[in-house]
Amino acid sequence: MESWGEASESRLIGKRITRLSGKDKVTGKAKYTFDINRPGMLYGRILRSEVPHATVMGIDMSQAEALPGVKAVIPLIESGKKLRYQGQEIAAVAAETDDIAKDALRLIQVHLEALPHVVTEADAMAEGAPQIRENWAGNQSEPSINKNRDVAAGFEEAAVEVEATYHTPVQTHVCLETHGHVAEWEDEQNLTVWASTQGVFGVRRDLAQYFGLPPNQVRVITEHMGGGFGSKFGPGSEGEAAAKLARITGKAVKLMLTRKDEHLVAGNRPSMTQHVRAGATRDGRLIAYDMRGYGTGGISSGAGFVGPYVYHVPNTRTERVNVAVNAGNQRAMRAPGHPQGAFAMDSLMDELAEKLGMNPLEFRRINDSSEVRQAQYTLGAQEIGWHRRNNVPGAGNGVKKRGMGVGSGQWGGGGGRGTEARVTINADGTVEAVTGTQDIGTGIRTAIAIIVAEEFGLAPTDITVKVGDSAPGLPSGGSGGSQTTASVAPVIKTAAAAAKQKLFEHIAPLLEAPVADLRVGTGIIYVASDRTKTITWQQAAGQLGMESISEGGHWAEELRKGVVAGTQFAEVEVDTQTGAVKLIKIVAVQDCGLAINRLTTESQINGGVIMGLGQALLEERFMDAQTGRMLNANLEDYKIPGTFEIPEIKSIVFDTHRKVTGIGEPPCIPTPGAIANAVYNAIGVRIRELPLTPDRILTALAEKKA
Amino acid sequence: MSEKEKKQVRDSNISRRSFLKGVGTGTVAATVAPTVLIGAEKSAEAQMDEAVSTAKIQLNINEKSYQVEVEARTTLLTVLRDGIDTSGNNVDLTGAKLICDRGECGGCTVIVDGKTVYACMMLAMDAQGKQITTVEGLADGDDLHPVQEAFIQHDALMCGFCTPGFIVSSAALLNENAKPTLGEIKEGLSGNTCRCGTYPFIFDAVKTASRKNFN
Repeated sequence: MESWGEASESRLIGKRITRLSGKDKVTGKAKYTFDINRPGMLYGRILRSEVPHATVMGIDMSQAEALPGVKAVIPLIESGKKLRYQGQEIAAVAAETDDIAKDALRLIQVHLEALPHVVTEADAMAEGAPQIRENWAGNQSEPSINKNRDVAAGFEEAAVEVEATYHTPVQTHVCLETHGHVAEWEDEQNLTVWASTQGVFGVRRDLAQYFGLPPNQVRVITEHMGGGFGSKFGPGSEGEAAAKLARITGKAVKLMLTRKDEHLVAGNRPSMTQHVRAGATRDGRLIAYDMRGYGTGGISSGAGFVGPYVYHVPNTRTERVNVAVNAGNQRAMRAPGHPQGAFAMDSLMDELAEKLGMNPLEFRRINDSSEVRQAQYTLGAQEIGWHRRNNVPGAGNGVKKRGMGVGSGQWGGGGGRGTEARVTINADGTVEAVTGTQDIGTGIRTAIAIIVAEEFGLAPTDITVKVGDSAPGLPSGGSGGSQTTASVAPVIKTAAAAAKQKLFEHIAPLLEAPVADLRVGTGIIYVASDRTKTITWQQAAGQLGMESISEGGHWAEELRKGVVAGTQFAEVEVDTQTGAVKLIKIVAVQDCGLAINRLTTESQINGGVIMGLGQALLEERFMDAQTGRMLNANLEDYKIPGTFEIPEIKSIVFDTHRKVTGIGEPPCIPTPGAIANAVYNAIGVRIRELPLTPDRILTALAEKKA
Repeated sequence: MSEKEKKQVRDSNISRRSFLKGVGTGTVAATVAPTVLIGAEKSAEAQMDEAVSTAKIQLNINEKSYQVEVEARTTLLTVLRDGIDTSGNNVDLTGAKLICDRGECGGCTVIVDGKTVYACMMLAMDAQGKQITTVEGLADGDDLHPVQEAFIQHDALMCGFCTPGFIVSSAALLNENAKPTLGEIKEGLSGNTCRCGTYPFIFDAVKTASRKNFN
């Protein structure tokens, strides 16, 4: 049985270790895809539709082709085909400079025949709306219906009921490094691509397939990557276009999306609207839950959301549909389906608790079967000072009112098979760990170094970690679903253990001891039964002479575990004159399993909370019904959290067991619900849609007065 | 189609590019002389066009002089990231990032004559004769700037794409205010945006750096 050992035995695992890539990132040396400059490199750009729905009647690229400095222009859609959302690809150019590429786009003439469009869910579902997606009558998918026991019988047992509609809008990922690639052909058969991706091997597979090449003739490199949050899998049409342009011109081509493109076509979190009726018994047990909801993932499907969530309801009926609108496709966004569903569920919980005259925390305790979360409720309540909470929502006469709320979440993150890795010990004592995963900012590079260094008695900085390159032929899965660490760590650990074993076998004769009697200390190898017999790491490796040890690892089920629970508490201050919500403090108690690196784990929890508070207070895609265009496709009008929005955040790495799990996604789930409940507690008016902007707060307050 | 033929086609059209070049004329003529002609065999009209639209300028970046050829519309950020100097070498100072391309996110923050500037919002020509410091110029060889040290120590970065901008803004903030309060740190860095959510540790890092003695 493989194991990570006891915490007391760990020298590095579970400690706070600074990131290996830190120095490169703070000095500007770290090269992202966007930073790659190749000799003679051309710049690619894509002409995109400015209309939401039209038929392409013709594309005239001749003027663009004639512009000095333009090296290639290719169509990305055929005449006769339909454009179905603003931002859809029409043509791509490659030119000597980015400015020339931009000019060239303006010279492409596109003849379109406009078609009627719908860009809001309400317009799409309205009677007589134009059907924009084949086989979706009324622009809606077949409903997905789930039932558990008897919801009608459940309501008969209910002492209190709440019926409400909750809504969250479409959010966009806002990766700071936009999607894009640099493509370069070595010859007709060999392609190298620098990709801003969460899945090096996925991009390799897709591009190889696209060009009909064996996968090992496509090399994909992602040394550093500027944010993905679920939106960066596969090369997309922009990656295919970059490689095509590079092939035609015989030059390297860099094609990065613009900020506007990023908002329009690089994915988004679907909206959610749910109408729910739920009941609880007098003693505070959830008993019935009946929900109908819909969301839009743009022209694509995939607008699912959770509900009921976390808390146990015995009798349920749920019905969900996808609504099609003329807007860019959704993509997985940090815990897809969870934050929006959690916001609705945690709002509902508080509404039911109030009807029961119960403390919302007590109500959760009754209905939550997770032992981990039960412990987290206690800890979180202490940290936020739950006893100070308003007992009467909206009480007090001051202009600024404070309130507290709580929310919960759940995620998988247990990893899976499919990673290959090698750990190599060289005769000069250097150590290399190689695998095909990618560090998307979560710190897997450092986690790998920690695991290997722990096994060898070395420092993490002694380990050279090579990730983000398909060339060594050691595949690993995409970084999605919070699966990276739990997928990679077991394989790295067993590879390091195998390499250590080989080294022990090599030096056992020298130390005149059986292999099983050898141990690593800090920088040394010693004989357990006779500690006078030691050899430094350097000397031990030196025994290899001209050889080196290179071992692969294997999947070890017992080193990892999925399913993590989290809970968060928020304290807010609402200015009842301006409607501004100021966050005072957020306490995030996050089950992390075995945190390989406590420092970067805390960073991830902070990051989740901050993305969650952006969803709670700021973020919303605005579509103009008239023109069918997105009104805020930039970073000025699409607000993401900045320094002023950041409250005191207490991120608690909640240790549960000594098995590795992933937590990239879960910390963003409970935040919006906790904040919404805190706002209610402050002002005594329930706002059932996000974001909680000043206009909504003031409107709600005005309605309360009236 | 040859580049020459392309020119003829282009000259027969009024593209936005030629319009911009026309607009550029005044600026270039007024601020830089002499301008440089590219290629000898071009038509008189094309020469005129080129002559007034691009110029060789000298930029002082991280105490090193770069000679680059720019158009009137070329931003300082474009020179830093994509520029090729007149000897054919990439400037390759890619620490400053292109993120929003309109002065909203601070990813391209550099220091120009002691003040932080969004390099995407400054024309290269306007940066002539000024001392430009990018993130690459903050460390003294292997000796990192205290802000850089503190960012590593506190893990004030995740994907790291916004980090150079935050580093430069933080260094500039501490130059002006050696002991900022949390509120002053938030204000000083309010022109920078992070999506991974590294803010709390950035605040800690700036506090730590402010406690160190640096010059």
